Amino acid sequence: MTLELRGVAMDYTVRGKVTRALDGVDLEVLRGEFVCVVGASGSGKSTLLSLVAGLTKPTEGGIFLEGAPVTGPGPDRGLVFQAGALYPWRSVERNVSFGLELLGLDAAERARRVDWYLEETGLAAVRKSLPKQLSGGQKQRVAIARALACEPEVLLLDEPFGALDVQTKEDMQVLIRQIWADTGTTVLMVTHDVEEAVFLGGRVVVLASDPGRIAADVEVGLPAGRDLAVKREPEFLALRARIEDLVREQHRGHVSRVSAVE
Amino acid sequence: MTGPIQRTTSASTADERAAVELEAEDRLAEEHEAGHVGKARPDWAPLPRRAGLKPTASPLLSLRTPISPRLKWLLGVLSFLVPLVVWSALAVSGWVDSTFLPSPGAVLKAGLDMAGTGELFTDLWATLQRVLYGFALAIAVSVPLGIAMGSYTAGQAFFEPLIGLLRYLPATAFVPLLMIWLGVDEPSKIAILFIGTVFYNTLMTADVVRAVPNSLIDVSYTLGARRGEVLRKIIVPHALPGMIDAVRVNAAAAWNLVVVAELLAAPSGLGKRISLSQRFLATDKIFALLVVIGLAGLTIDILLRITRERVGKWTA
Repeated sequence: MTLELRGVAMDYTVRGKVTRALDGVDLEVLRGEFVCVVGASGSGKSTLLSLVAGLTKPTEGGIFLEGAPVTGPGPDRGLVFQAGALYPWRSVERNVSFGLELLGLDAAERARRVDWYLEETGLAAVRKSLPKQLSGGQKQRVAIARALACEPEVLLLDEPFGALDVQTKEDMQVLIRQIWADTGTTVLMVTHDVEEAVFLGGRVVVLASDPGRIAADVEVGLPAGRDLAVKREPEFLALRARIEDLVREQHRGHVSRVSAVE
Repeated sequence: MTGPIQRTTSASTADERAAVELEAEDRLAEEHEAGHVGKARPDWAPLPRRAGLKPTASPLLSLRTPISPRLKWLLGVLSFLVPLVVWSALAVSGWVDSTFLPSPGAVLKAGLDMAGTGELFTDLWATLQRVLYGFALAIAVSVPLGIAMGSYTAGQAFFEPLIGLLRYLPATAFVPLLMIWLGVDEPSKIAILFIGTVFYNTLMTADVVRAVPNSLIDVSYTLGARRGEVLRKIIVPHALPGMIDAVRVNAAAAWNLVVVAELLAAPSGLGKRISLSQRFLATDKIFALLVVIGLAGLTIDILLRITRERVGKWTA
């Protein structure tokens, strides 16, 4: 087993008012798994990743990586934000090599590794570019390559393709599946896009809102070597519809005009 | 197929297409009749309509519109030329006594005379030296302090209230006190410069440091960075262009302050020379010294701007 969450709860205090963002979350992610977490906004998806990354501490419960409790952030859990969070003054290759520089690797060793990750993410041609010169998809690839270069036990993806256009998003989905297959890295990804979750994940975890808790844990069971065409297969569509219904059901608490009309 | 893109219908001839269009219009009209469309909104009076934006007569009058490089250059030259012409006209016409307003020619001559005897350079160097010492000292204190305030909440909580108050005390108000404490020589000049710039530069540095996105700091921890490394490798490089901007703003203040300090009391310097010239009603010298002060300040600003552009290439 790689990652385990046991009875995790998280409270936020805003102006003296305590809000429970997550409650009683138990989750196991096995080594090499690709797990997607879906849920409407307010279901605590990003909080979950921030806890696993060690950037925030749970109010209750514990998080364990290879049996050891998570007490803070570290390079064994690489994180990719929706907005990329690239270092704007560093070129693409110097962004990717950041974690390796911290380890004190010599220049030749760094270059060897950076080259591989740039090749893997299709960034070799823009290696000298600054982040401001990149497209949205390229920026996310740099963020992914930078996290992967540290060889994390778990790659944490926080809605990494949420700001991309549909075509770029699909390219990135194919790419991340390829990277997952090539590196065998365990991936825990948060998204609000159910289609994306079903296409990418071996398992899809559905979060309920207010407070966020696990409502369902669905085995995807599609072939490992899937490509974009699978999105039109009846099994895929059925599974997607089932999970979308689950997400919608868990979202009912949030009264909106649309759901009131339905 | 060539020609304009048609709506997807099975119609091929022009007549058939016209028939399809008519049919679509009829259907829409029917839906409106039946009350399915556009009936939910209350029956308000129609809004008055404003005319659309009219094109301007000249590019000079439209907001934020780029102008040609030639026009830009021309306007830049005119910005100096117009006051110079007005000045010359006033001086030559004799409306104003030349004791009060010397002609540009007289000012140039006074400037060249001072340069010829070398006193101009002695004074310029004396003034520059004070700015360098005083402002360098202010930077040496304010930058680390600003970084601490912008990075540590405790640093912010401790320093902000006091510095926020101190910056409202005008440095010139300290002049009498500093003369009592430090005398009329260099230390009091340097102290005035320091007091006048250190607080602003601290607060401005703290602001740019605070503007470093949390996501950059968080992601660095997940890449294995320690706190000290985040400070040195993330916070400082990200804030550096903004810090240079702050230095640019405060360098102008330092340059103003040194002249003020020298006007009050100093053995040498451009400000001292101005107050000496005042005694002899040498307005031509005063004007020449003002021009030198302006040009020296501009040079400092241009040097800092070049540095800023070099360092901040990555900013959008």
